[in-house]
Amino acid sequence: MTDTRRSQALHAGVILLLIALFFVLPAYHVGNLARILVLAVYAMGYNLLFGYTGLLSLGHALFFAAGMYGLGMTMQFFDLDPATAFGSGLIAALVVSAVVGFLALRTSGVAFMIVTLMFAQAGYLTILYFGEYTRGDEGFVIQQAERVFAGFDLTGPTERYVAALLLFSVCFSLIAYIVQSPFGRSLVAIRENEERAKMLGYDVVRHKLKAVIISGVMSGAAGAGYALLFGYAGATFATVQYSILPLLWVLLGGAGVTIGPLIGTAFMFYLIDYSSSITTAYMLVAGVVLVLLTLFAPQGLAGEIRKRALPWLP
Amino acid sequence: MDFGPHFLIASLEGAITAAILALTAMGLSIVFGVMRVVNVAHGEFYMLGAVIAWWVAHLIGIHPALGFVAALLLAPLLVGVLAAAADKLILQKIGYDPDRTIVGTIGLLYIIQQSTLMTFGPDARPVQPPFNTRLSIPWFEFGDNGFEIIWPWGLGTTSYKLFVIFAAIVILTGLWAVMTRTKIGLIMRATQQDNEMARAFGVPVERVYAWVFGLGAALAAAGAVLVVPIQQAHYLMGGDPLLLSFIVVIIGGLGSLPGTVIAAIFIGMSDGIISVFFSPTLAKIIATLVVAMVLVFRPQGLLGKANP
Repeated sequence: MTDTRRSQALHAGVILLLIALFFVLPAYHVGNLARILVLAVYAMGYNLLFGYTGLLSLGHALFFAAGMYGLGMTMQFFDLDPATAFGSGLIAALVVSAVVGFLALRTSGVAFMIVTLMFAQAGYLTILYFGEYTRGDEGFVIQQAERVFAGFDLTGPTERYVAALLLFSVCFSLIAYIVQSPFGRSLVAIRENEERAKMLGYDVVRHKLKAVIISGVMSGAAGAGYALLFGYAGATFATVQYSILPLLWVLLGGAGVTIGPLIGTAFMFYLIDYSSSITTAYMLVAGVVLVLLTLFAPQGLAGEIRKRALPWLP
Repeated sequence: MDFGPHFLIASLEGAITAAILALTAMGLSIVFGVMRVVNVAHGEFYMLGAVIAWWVAHLIGIHPALGFVAALLLAPLLVGVLAAAADKLILQKIGYDPDRTIVGTIGLLYIIQQSTLMTFGPDARPVQPPFNTRLSIPWFEFGDNGFEIIWPWGLGTTSYKLFVIFAAIVILTGLWAVMTRTKIGLIMRATQQDNEMARAFGVPVERVYAWVFGLGAALAAAGAVLVVPIQQAHYLMGGDPLLLSFIVVIIGGLGSLPGTVIAAIFIGMSDGIISVFFSPTLAKIIATLVVAMVLVFRPQGLLGKANP
């Protein structure tokens, strides 16, 4: 089997597995899995930029929040139907990531991290500043009656899982396609050696800007999906913590591997779920995992698998 | 009230912010200058300083002044030792790789913050100032609601607040003297300029790094001990100083110590003044956007030497 075939089989297999899990798992875990799938979309968006392009952003919460509020605010104030509101969430994320990318890509390395962090912080504070409309930290609930899409009530566990899986599958296939495409290959080239890529005639800045925008829109899709499926939008999703979480998921699962984000998100979700039943200081686990990963497994779980057993993993 | 008294009061408050900020940002600046790494856990060292100050003052508890002096000596020392240990255990192991250091110190941030939550608890706790004489300067106090609460004349500033400014100046002068007049300072500056060459001349670079990391954290802790009688010790108090220190260090030029002090005064004063006339949130939005723009359009001011 060629590597392309293998990778297609792998991605189809993961989606089939997720469909099968719906019938096997008890209701509680199906609910969790829906959440994990939406968050994994966020992590996959992050992975495209961090894992494949080599740009470490500390401000992705801004894109997540742009999608979330792009959907939430329009549903709240203009009574848009979920599909149109979802579209406006994507557009919000597109605009925000284009602006941030255009500005932040003039820097590199540590400066890029700090610039993205600063933009995200400014975004978070802006949400607080307009607390009259956004309801700040408290957030607002999107009513059940409004979350009906084409006759399907997205608050039901089955509909919610199907919607989450649909969103995930689209983004998962898209990422799988992108990283195999010439565009994705040139992103990896930029990650590995930017100077050489430039010398070979690639328009590095354009490629990076595209990567930021795709990554931002995908994060925005996750934000909009989260608001729609779980019925809540709040400023906590714009905090630094939500910029660091996708980094953690991707690092844990394996940066630059398509299935890494899903593995990392699922693993971390259950780790935090379990530890928060023991202590309120559950972010301690996140801290310990981050330190251990930097020290011992910078490649992440899927990265280690690729290194040891399956070198063809995309 | 007129514009004049408002402005005077705002400047005074701004000067206190600036004094604390100069100490905290100086710690970050030294670490970046010498080691070329960004310490994201810096704000947590600040928080730890405040928490240890509360703890020491609480344990001694005979007289506020005695507890305060003990805290001012002990907290930076303990935090410094802890930071040096973290440097040995984590940063040295990953060879001070810039990206991995950031991820590692983010982890450290959560470890320190959440351990404090587990032990110290979620409450904000005050430390008594050693002395607190009212001075009859007209005062204006702003709480959560920003500048809209207008108090009449009669409230004064306190002698402690003036002491904070004085103490910060003393500590920074001492630091300047160490950096420029002693052999320790010479070794640090040599490592900053060229660590390969310093190593060739027998400077134990790893040990210098551990010391510098400890010193940077100790400076943040010292700032926190000074601020804790005015604010309160709380496990989430590290966020704002971290962000403001970043801003100061970037505006001042990374690794430049005089630049850091000048930027701290500028940012502290303008933060104080803007917060009085506009909402504090708006002041922060403007400050973060300005910094992002400085980084975007004047990157040479940032990593001048590291990333030519």
